[in-house]
Amino acid sequence: MMNVRKNFDKNLQELQNKMLEMNKLTISAFEKAFTAFKTQDVELALRVIDEDTAIDNLDQEINQFAVWLIAKEQPFATDLRRIIASLKITSDIERIADFAVNIAKATAKIGKAESLLNITNLEQMNETSLKMLNMAVSAFIDGNMEFAKEVAGLDDQVDNHYAETYKSITEYLRIHPEQTTQLVQLLFINRFLERTADHITNIAESAAYLIKGQIYDLNQ
Amino acid sequence: MNQSEETAKISVKDLSLFYGDKQALYSVSLDIEEKKVTALIGPSGCGKSTFLRTLNRMNDLIDGVKITGDIVVDNEDIYKSNDVIKLRTKVGMVFQKPNLFPMSIYDNVAYGPRAQGIKNKKELNKIVEESLRGAAIWDEVKDRLKSSALGLSGGQQQRVCIARAIAMKPDIILMDEPTSALDPISTLKVEELIAQLKKEYTIVIVTHNMQQAARVSDKTAFFLSGEIIEYDVTNNVFSNPKDQRTEDYVTGRFG
Repeated sequence: MMNVRKNFDKNLQELQNKMLEMNKLTISAFEKAFTAFKTQDVELALRVIDEDTAIDNLDQEINQFAVWLIAKEQPFATDLRRIIASLKITSDIERIADFAVNIAKATAKIGKAESLLNITNLEQMNETSLKMLNMAVSAFIDGNMEFAKEVAGLDDQVDNHYAETYKSITEYLRIHPEQTTQLVQLLFINRFLERTADHITNIAESAAYLIKGQIYDLNQ
Repeated sequence: MNQSEETAKISVKDLSLFYGDKQALYSVSLDIEEKKVTALIGPSGCGKSTFLRTLNRMNDLIDGVKITGDIVVDNEDIYKSNDVIKLRTKVGMVFQKPNLFPMSIYDNVAYGPRAQGIKNKKELNKIVEESLRGAAIWDEVKDRLKSSALGLSGGQQQRVCIARAIAMKPDIILMDEPTSALDPISTLKVEELIAQLKKEYTIVIVTHNMQQAARVSDKTAFFLSGEIIEYDVTNNVFSNPKDQRTEDYVTGRFG
């Protein structure tokens, strides 16, 4: 049968490609920000802050493109849900990229100091978050509902790590008030990673909405 | 009695229709709710207009039509009664193209009531004004009621057709692609009118314009090859259809 919506399908593919591009840049920003944090590489941290503009531009481009597709094609059913989910996912990815920038800024504030990373779970949280992001985006691209659910489970792990890290940092702070500058930044980073995982869970929710046509609350 | 039967204005059960040897509807069952707009969508030749026309027995006028099954309107099987006039008074119809008579606007709207024997001038005036108001066309034509209806624009003519239909005080109005010959603004006027009319009337509308179905209707039935594939709340049909064939149709992948 003749596909009368070839051009629309091409546009949807283009929308998806832009999102994947944005996601790739965000993952890279996150990896760099965390490496900079771990190795106290302030130069690398500053580069992450600079490079965020490209991600913000893509965010705007995707938004405008999605709005135009809705106006032009009057999408229904899966098409409509795909575009709405794209809009929501894009704004979550943009927030995640902002957290990478925040981690980079915290890194710059810590500067050179004796690293207290080992009293935290921040590395595990970072690893889990990146894994979650890959899964959530795959859930959307491939319509994989299992991945979407798994992301919600991993978010619980991050939340537990967050609570533990919060406790150990505040305890350490009581004994070593001279380390306040670094410890406060670590508290912030702890929070940034916890929020990042929440936004990734939102992405999984949007994927579930696309797949099932229902609103899910995986952030519990 | 369950809820849907209680509120069903029209209840169709196992309706099959044949044009000679060719079957056009295959045991269609559908409950149409009172004072709601029900949209019938589907590709050309799917049977939606044929179905619509069974609801006031317009298909009786075509040779070789055979119908089986039941259509119950207000607890009365319309194919078991012989009073087609009474049925068509109760179930009015508006067509794809405006089909006004070559007479004045006033006479067009008064035609039905006069045929029913209403002669009193005052009473006719009242019916004509109320009907034209009801069809949201009164202000545009009140100063030219005696001029030819054919001098109106297509969109105005279509609203006069709706006025002519409601002059008969029907319960149900059937609309067969009522805006397909109209420009976008006239189309929106008729859609707005439909939203007004449903306060008093049960409306069944056939449309090829899916955005229109999404905008005006409460429930939507998707027809394909003489069968109902999906019948649900309009929002569900267009945002999350259950059947892949409905999905393919509403997203424009075939049809």
